[in-house]
Amino acid sequence: MPYSEKILEHYNNPRNVGGFSQSDATVGTGLVGAPECGDVMRLQIKVNADTGLIEDARFKTFGCGSAIASSSLATEWLKGKTLDEALAIKNTSIVEELALPPVKVHCSVLAEDAIKAAIKNYHEKQGVTAGVEAEVAVASH
Amino acid sequence: MSVKLPIYLDNNSTTRTDPRVVEVMLPYFTEKFGNSASRNHPFGWAAEEAVETARDQLAAAIGASGKEIIFTSGATESNNLALKGVAAMYKKKGNHLITTATEHKCVLDTSKRLERDGFSVTYLPVDKFGRVSADQIRDAMTDKTILVSVMFANNEIGTMQPVADIGKLCKEKGVLFHTDAVQAVGKVPVDVEAMGIDLLSFTAHKMYGPKGIGALYVRKKNPRVRLEPIIDGGGHERGMRSGTLPVPLIAGFGAAAEISRLAMPEESKYVYGLRERLRDGIMSQLPETYVNGHPTERLPGNANISFAYVEGEGLMMGIKDVAVSSGSACTSASLEPSYVLRALGVGDELAHSSIRFGLGRFNTVEEVDFTVDLIVREVRRLREMSPLYEMAQDGVDLKSIAWSGH
Repeated sequence: MPYSEKILEHYNNPRNVGGFSQSDATVGTGLVGAPECGDVMRLQIKVNADTGLIEDARFKTFGCGSAIASSSLATEWLKGKTLDEALAIKNTSIVEELALPPVKVHCSVLAEDAIKAAIKNYHEKQGVTAGVEAEVAVASH
Repeated sequence: MSVKLPIYLDNNSTTRTDPRVVEVMLPYFTEKFGNSASRNHPFGWAAEEAVETARDQLAAAIGASGKEIIFTSGATESNNLALKGVAAMYKKKGNHLITTATEHKCVLDTSKRLERDGFSVTYLPVDKFGRVSADQIRDAMTDKTILVSVMFANNEIGTMQPVADIGKLCKEKGVLFHTDAVQAVGKVPVDVEAMGIDLLSFTAHKMYGPKGIGALYVRKKNPRVRLEPIIDGGGHERGMRSGTLPVPLIAGFGAAAEISRLAMPEESKYVYGLRERLRDGIMSQLPETYVNGHPTERLPGNANISFAYVEGEGLMMGIKDVAVSSGSACTSASLEPSYVLRALGVGDELAHSSIRFGLGRFNTVEEVDFTVDLIVREVRRLREMSPLYEMAQDGVDLKSIAWSGH
């Protein structure tokens, strides 16, 4: 089955590939998936402490074209959003935007997981989760 | 010289029908359209003559006699008929079959069905190159063993089994030996006498013939192999496979086998040369690439390579002008990586990173060079996009990380 134009466009011209220093307190990192499952996404957000807005986002992904496109799209959507707005991004929106076929829906789920993991990691760095049982994000091991 | 895109490098999946084969087939759709079972008029005689010519051509390709060739719809049916036919015919003698973990699904799923029907099947593990040994088979044999089924060459990794050793053992033990030789016939020498093969499945479309026609070689003497048919009807094909013969397809199958047999000495060298040019071109430029399967005991046209840190289907999208296949889960509906690579002990991560290249008769040096350049460029690009590559470059042991999975 041919891929949608939007998947190919993100795959060929991925936005925001790369990373930020994980030691930067304003950076949240989400690393989700597993090599043996064929998908690993690392998604990072950089938050402006004054405005509370995500001012930048980066990703690197090991996976199929749909996984790369999903994470590329996620970084685009994250920029300029508040953390609450970012948490509201649903995988179904990614499915719709990229016209992902049913067998690729898990790629969008992974992107949503990566967003949540990055925000959680940012909160942890800010000490917001004090008192909460800290489930340390994988990337911080 | 510029290359025409897209390039077809998936010849283990299917092959283009050779134009010479198409020429042979055409008259049997039109002026020679008779039913080969019509014994009383010239239309039938012309059809019958074509079928018998093809039977002899196929027999010559595997060192058999024409009377030992049973036409089927393809290798899936041939494998079904061999296993189910032997099991049903010889069940009084025993209920045990031996096969391997890396057989094609049509052998494995047929075996599973036989197990549900009360037979017992041993699935032998393979070594890291995908091979079993005759000793493993000897150890697995019991006095109930009626059939050993081991593929000649694997469709994914190209590994060739020690068929002659297995045939010799089976003769010695009086156990029937079937081989799925779909990938081998027409590509490497196959001789049912020298190799002690009792049943052999093959198909036209893997050797530049048409889709929809296959054959099962069934030995007629020493021993005379009998089969319970799975399709009943007019008693065609010595009663083993009823159904009007598709004469155009059969004529094409025969021509394809004849062309391949005559061309093999030169063609196998040519295809091997392309394969090695591709493999060497890729591996000399890209570190951390690994060949899956046996380094030497493999089909001349097959290269199965894992590209660490890059997912196979992701890579396929980047090289979409080149048709290949991947062991990645993402290319199959099951979301599981290749069971063949798993059976070799290739980790799931590298199984997801594998690409199968199948070189063939119609490929050119220019196509190979184009592919090498494209692969090298895309793998480098995707590695720069891969968190695993970055972590490995930073000295992180990927196995030390508690991956979340999904």
